[in-house]
Amino acid sequence: MPLKRVIPCLDVDAGRVVKGTNFVGLRDAGDPVELAERYDAEGADELVFLDITASHERRETIVELARRTADNVFIPFTIGGGIRSVEDAQAVLDAGADKVSVNSAALERPELLTELADQFGSQCVVIAIDAKRDADDPPSASPACAAPAGWFGGTWGVYVKGGRERVPGRDAVSWAREAVERGAGEVLLTSMDRDGTNDGYDLELTRAVAEAVPVPVIASGGAGELSHLSEAITAGGADAVLCASIFHYGRHTVAEAKERLAADGIPVRR
Amino acid sequence: MSDARVLILDYGMGNLRSVEKALEHVGARAAIGSDPDEVRSADGLILPGVGAFPRAMERIRATGLDRLIAERAAAGTPILGICLGLQLLFERSEELGGAAGLGLLPGAVTRLEAPGLKVPNIGWAPVRWERESPLVAGIPSETPFYLVHSFVARPAAADRLGTAEYGERFACAAERGNVFGVQFHPEKSSAAGLALLANFAGICAKAPAAA
Repeated sequence: MPLKRVIPCLDVDAGRVVKGTNFVGLRDAGDPVELAERYDAEGADELVFLDITASHERRETIVELARRTADNVFIPFTIGGGIRSVEDAQAVLDAGADKVSVNSAALERPELLTELADQFGSQCVVIAIDAKRDADDPPSASPACAAPAGWFGGTWGVYVKGGRERVPGRDAVSWAREAVERGAGEVLLTSMDRDGTNDGYDLELTRAVAEAVPVPVIASGGAGELSHLSEAITAGGADAVLCASIFHYGRHTVAEAKERLAADGIPVRR
Repeated sequence: MSDARVLILDYGMGNLRSVEKALEHVGARAAIGSDPDEVRSADGLILPGVGAFPRAMERIRATGLDRLIAERAAAGTPILGICLGLQLLFERSEELGGAAGLGLLPGAVTRLEAPGLKVPNIGWAPVRWERESPLVAGIPSETPFYLVHSFVARPAAADRLGTAEYGERFACAAERGNVFGVQFHPEKSSAAGLALLANFAGICAKAPAAA
């Protein structure tokens, strides 16, 4: 089996990293490329850039980001945000990105996934899903707590606009399955309940999606301790873990994350 | 640092930019092109490639690169195939109904035998060196490299330079004289990949002077 991956995620607005960083020794802590080089040196397996620029020059800014990253960083990286067409994807892949991630554009027009897979191959296409547990379905007390008979772990809605808007008629597990059938080669699954909490990944959500699709699942949202990374892989069934603040704020390094995963018996690149 | 001039062959398939930047990063002089004079004056050639084997061979033949590559291989110019570029160095592939390759390395390219596993195989895998080579000097055996592939080349035993495990133990690096190939992407394999490209640039610098 391929090694399990640790993937730092950088939110980028108009070419600048949004979340602050506490790294010492960076020339420019807001420069996504300098941060990416740092993560590469620490042993990151891949990088994800999520662009949240809301301007007309959006495509130009993500292409420029992809180009500058490819010039300086020699690990695979994904660009998400603002990819709405084959042309958008072509531009960032030509610039040196390895994959594109799509979210709301695929919900509005699911055929986009097939168009991207036909043109570039499924290995280039990541479906990003922002999921939130449905309110009438309270989470169990702990992942170790046995579920009652006949209860299969709940349902999760699919959200857009940073978790503010639920997409009618979609649930995360069936959307993941459909997206993969349409051509996505990987699922980037974010728990909006856990995102920003440091309480750990939503293991039930991760497990439910990982069991539903035949492609790798990247767990995202909630990592606060290194033990959370191991849990996402062992209990959640994830193939990779996405982390933002745990690294950005200097709480842990990627190298420490790798050490912890290895100590927990998980095969990683070191 | 080396003064070798490495040409990345452009036949309209694949992301050449990352390879070029990785070579520049290790101090090699890199260029992208397919002009016969450029090919003949290069100290080393890299054959990259992403996509399907038959279409890649069509394009290579249409641009006359097949004859040029054969000429330079015979002249002793170091050649490194990357990913699909490695596969193209072999005699044939069964992909999409099959096609003949460049035939610089004996053997065929067949589907990865990985029952019950996801194909394509995407991700980092430890690579075991099967013998010593200047291409992998200083890189410990079992160092992980980044792979994205569904097919694998089946080189002659003597040409197997590196192997990795995915359902089966398959060849992911080959070497025969001045012809080298890697199934993984050194340009996306962080420090280990850069070390391999630096080694290749070093091999090119020591090779017989180009025409």
